Amino acid sequence: MRLRHLLGVLPVLGMLGGAWFADRTEPYVLGLPFILFWMLAWVVLTSVILAVIYKLDPANRSGE
Amino acid sequence: MTALLVVAATVLVAVVLAVRARRGRDMNLEQWSVGGRGFGSIFVFLLMAGEIYTTFTFLGGSGWAYGKGGPAFYILCYGSLAFVMSYWLLPALWRYAKRKELLSQADFFTAKFDSPALGVLVSLVGVVALVPYLVLQLKGLGIIVSETSGGRIPYAVSIIAGTVVLAAYVTISGVRGSAWTAALKDVMILVVVVFLGIYLPLHYFGGFGAMFHAIDAAKPGFLTLPAKGMSPSWFVSTVLLSAFGFYMWPHSFSAVYTARDERVFRRNAVVLPLYQLILLFVFFAGFAAVLVVPGLKGSDGDLSLLRITTKTFDPWFVGVVGGAGVLTALVPGSLILMTAATMLAKNVYRVARPATSDRQVGVLAKILVPVVAVVALYFTFNGGDTIVSLLLMGYSLVTQLFPAMVLSLCRRRVVNTVGAAAGIVVGVAIVAAFTVSGATLAGLAPWLPQPLKDLNTGVVALVANVLVLGVVTMITRRHRAVRGAPTESVTA
Repeated sequence: MRLRHLLGVLPVLGMLGGAWFADRTEPYVLGLPFILFWMLAWVVLTSVILAVIYKLDPANRSGE
Repeated sequence: MTALLVVAATVLVAVVLAVRARRGRDMNLEQWSVGGRGFGSIFVFLLMAGEIYTTFTFLGGSGWAYGKGGPAFYILCYGSLAFVMSYWLLPALWRYAKRKELLSQADFFTAKFDSPALGVLVSLVGVVALVPYLVLQLKGLGIIVSETSGGRIPYAVSIIAGTVVLAAYVTISGVRGSAWTAALKDVMILVVVVFLGIYLPLHYFGGFGAMFHAIDAAKPGFLTLPAKGMSPSWFVSTVLLSAFGFYMWPHSFSAVYTARDERVFRRNAVVLPLYQLILLFVFFAGFAAVLVVPGLKGSDGDLSLLRITTKTFDPWFVGVVGGAGVLTALVPGSLILMTAATMLAKNVYRVARPATSDRQVGVLAKILVPVVAVVALYFTFNGGDTIVSLLLMGYSLVTQLFPAMVLSLCRRRVVNTVGAAAGIVVGVAIVAAFTVSGATLAGLAPWLPQPLKDLNTGVVALVANVLVLGVVTMITRRHRAVRGAPTESVTA
């Protein structure tokens, strides 16, 4: 289990956990109910995390 | 009528693009179904994104925001988690598929387990799951054409016309046509959805925050998950189930084969979650409709996007929205038809008659396209539900293929053919039983605590699937060991 594999678990925890502790409308962030903002933030974070994993992954390093 | 003309023009452009895509290529089965395995990042991206932006997103996503509120957010999550999984899963699938020259999902199971019979089982599960998926695309087509004609063209006529176009288009151009039309579709849907999602809340409410506050005031609790029914445990189980099922759709599975190299998938995994953000604008449009065009009940929620569009804009723009919508049905619809026909020809018919040549399989696949289309038409007219519930049913079915697929990628052999087959059969049987009887966990076991009652029934089937898979694999292995035992005791 490398660090980059563990990183992949974060979005799962963020989104699924959010169903419980982010399940409310207050406070509104950027005009969005909190639950929608939370899920959305995790969609963006998923991309960021995958970009980090991509960078760390030696399989993507060899020039082609 | 203006609206309808614009829709018709869009379809025409799509068909011309698809036919042009075919030029200069010899359409053997490998070209027809996996594009000769030569697609780079962009085409694979578009084919995969074809999965995200189907009629389901366009009409179903807005329909769910309109009808259910908060629970609709599950659509944002399952795709993201599927993309995380894809980073590791798809390169492994692709490598194996390339080495073994696979064309379909069933080929994968046939090769991995060295069992054409398992391939037949997987094909049948896949085709059965694809039917509701195709039905939902056809329903979407019907809704769009009928609504943009202002109801002048009846629902039934528009569904049939749409199906004929779809079947003709698939037979002629195969997967290259789909990839090209997918490009047109994605540009159109992007522009249309972003525009609607921004314009409608501003026009009717003055802003997103104002819109959500107005909805929250009119319907308290609508924007979050309810305590019962579509509660957090429903949300979590449904997201997981859909994420596992994401690449188990036969057409998504074989779209993986079209890639030129495996890095394509890792690169796409980074970008695809962001691409999902378009869903946000779909939700905005659906939420705007909640207070602007109230009163659509049940499956009529799928009409909400087009109703608010017709109410707000000139007919020509309604036509543009409708045209984008038709493409969202056409692209996935064509992939589904093609995949179902290829699997039936290659993994079912040929197993029964091994003497069939490659050319004959290719011809048969094309003949089967209209046959599958007609079956889907039958179900479209007999039995109806909202677009999302149709999709969820298909997902529960395809997810049953996930455990055996993932375990087969392990280096050591953890599951054998009998175990895999038994798990799939039990899982599918449970999904079918729940779907046909309309039973729920809450109804079957009222004594369960609320969070367990709200679990998606597909999860129950998945758990049973894994248990059976494990137990049967162990028993059939021990059985073999026992058979070997007497000789050992003799020699000892």
